[in-house]
Amino acid sequence: MRLRREGALFLRTVIGRAYPRMVGLQREKSWLVFDVLLPLLQVSAFVFIYRAVQAPPEFTGFVVLGGAMTAYWMNVLWNMASQLYWEKETGNLEIYMVAPTSRMAILLGMALGGMVATTVRAAAVLILGTLLFRVEIALTDAPALVGVFLLTLVALYGMGMLLSSLYLLFGREAWHMSNLLQEPVYLLSGLYFPVRSLGAWAAAGASLIPMTLGLDAMRQLLFPAMTDFAFLPVHYELAILGGLSILFVGGARWALAYMEGVARRQGRLTVRGQ
Amino acid sequence: MSMSLAVKTENLGRVFRLKRREGKTPRGEPARKEVVALSGVDLEVPAGELFGVLGPNGAGKTTLIKVLNTLLSPTSGRARVAGVDVCENPAEVRRHIGVVSGGETSGYGLLTVEENLWMFTQFYGLSSREGKRRIAYLLDIVGLADRAKTKIYHLSTGMRQKMNFARGFLTDPEILFLDEPTLGLDVQTSRLLRDFVRRWMEEQRERTILLTTHYMQEADELCGRVAIIDQGTILACDRPAALKRKLQGSSAVRLQLVGVEDPQGLAERLRELGALTLSEVDGHLEVDLILERDNAIQRALGMVGESGGEIVGLQKREPTLEDVFIALVGRGLSGEGR
Repeated sequence: MRLRREGALFLRTVIGRAYPRMVGLQREKSWLVFDVLLPLLQVSAFVFIYRAVQAPPEFTGFVVLGGAMTAYWMNVLWNMASQLYWEKETGNLEIYMVAPTSRMAILLGMALGGMVATTVRAAAVLILGTLLFRVEIALTDAPALVGVFLLTLVALYGMGMLLSSLYLLFGREAWHMSNLLQEPVYLLSGLYFPVRSLGAWAAAGASLIPMTLGLDAMRQLLFPAMTDFAFLPVHYELAILGGLSILFVGGARWALAYMEGVARRQGRLTVRGQ
Repeated sequence: MSMSLAVKTENLGRVFRLKRREGKTPRGEPARKEVVALSGVDLEVPAGELFGVLGPNGAGKTTLIKVLNTLLSPTSGRARVAGVDVCENPAEVRRHIGVVSGGETSGYGLLTVEENLWMFTQFYGLSSREGKRRIAYLLDIVGLADRAKTKIYHLSTGMRQKMNFARGFLTDPEILFLDEPTLGLDVQTSRLLRDFVRRWMEEQRERTILLTTHYMQEADELCGRVAIIDQGTILACDRPAALKRKLQGSSAVRLQLVGVEDPQGLAERLRELGALTLSEVDGHLEVDLILERDNAIQRALGMVGESGGEIVGLQKREPTLEDVFIALVGRGLSGEGR
């Protein structure tokens, strides 16, 4: 009975916290410009470079896919990793902390809401980019593609959940931390080029960012003619993404509990301006 | 919680260790400065009581609430809420409590009032239907029913505070902590909320509220008992009438003066007769005096005359909780008079 009640509370919390993400983010119409048109401009630049150097047409698909995944990274960085910090600044964190619910449920709600809201944006970039640049897709294994995509999101948002507690612990200025991480991840995860070009060691290091392997695997499944540019076989990448998901979600749970302990002892983490 | 104590603290203390800024540490002094926010606080609040904690800003009221609502660990002593130790089982404590803080800015601007409140009901496991029913009821009570569909970034500060106030009551908690709930609200709204608090308490006898405030009228009007706190220490705790009775034999007098050349000098002299606060009101000096003996008034008037001041108003009045505070610590709740 108690377990059932706890389960229901967990679920309600996830839905409750996901709601502002799903609804709120779409209410500011500026997202069409900032999250669809601007990424498309960036995608265009790379498309024209690849066309200018007469790269195979599949590279256009690589770039469009990377452009769509950018939306998730931006969401993880600015709306997930920094979220607890902003919640503290707006006064919501204290209310979350005194609610009789799981903090993980609150973080999961943020992540789930972010995923759903961002999928709308990512899909818009993908569809517009595909139509605009006439990308030809040759899907080989739909279930594997869905699996890779979902695991990438779980690992990526798990990383965001972990970062959200760490930002609160170590970073007074989440904004600077996010700025610091934004561009290097664009480079390391191979958003606009095959990550294999970085060299085996650098690519292996970059694989800690879930988007790196996720993108590599999705590109292999959507553009099979380009497997020469693949970093690892898809099934390896799936397994590593599964491992990363467990690592990041587990790490997020630990970091959250640790952060709460520090908050209660030091009395500073939930107070604004600290 | 039979004959239960809703809140019990034993020798509760909280010390903050603040890092000094680099280069600001005087030689020989530790790099961390200690600030005692609570010290030796012993309180017992039975279930069903509306208990007030009255003190000036920085007295330790909010720290006390934060320890009790599990946001802060005490550095010494113990605290139990609904019979549960706040350190040993904070998750269980949270099932019994609700919190409203004055000046809160919680919620998401892009959501409507109704949506924000609905979100919070989900964190307490209320069904959507029950949550919406209670939201409609409480918005009506706080006078925000016509704003239910308004996004909260369009609300004024007062309206937002009303929304936060409603949020605290949404889940119908066993024990509610109200931390300066009417801070910054206009007189009419404050009265409306106080009326609701009183009604809410009367509806069910087991409900408990711990209210912190620095508005003595609020404490006087609402609370069954009041603890007076200053610098982290409870100085007195009793029913408001009993606290004021402690000033029996004393006189509470307000003098309005003009032409006093040295107000501080006069204050020093008057302090021989009792506690006082001094303030400038509409171009004249206002002195609130708690005279230890009724007949000391003659001496006080003599001192004013000697200081070259002229008395433009004199009012002898019933002692208030503020007078009790002045008598205990030698300054008013707003901090002046030291």
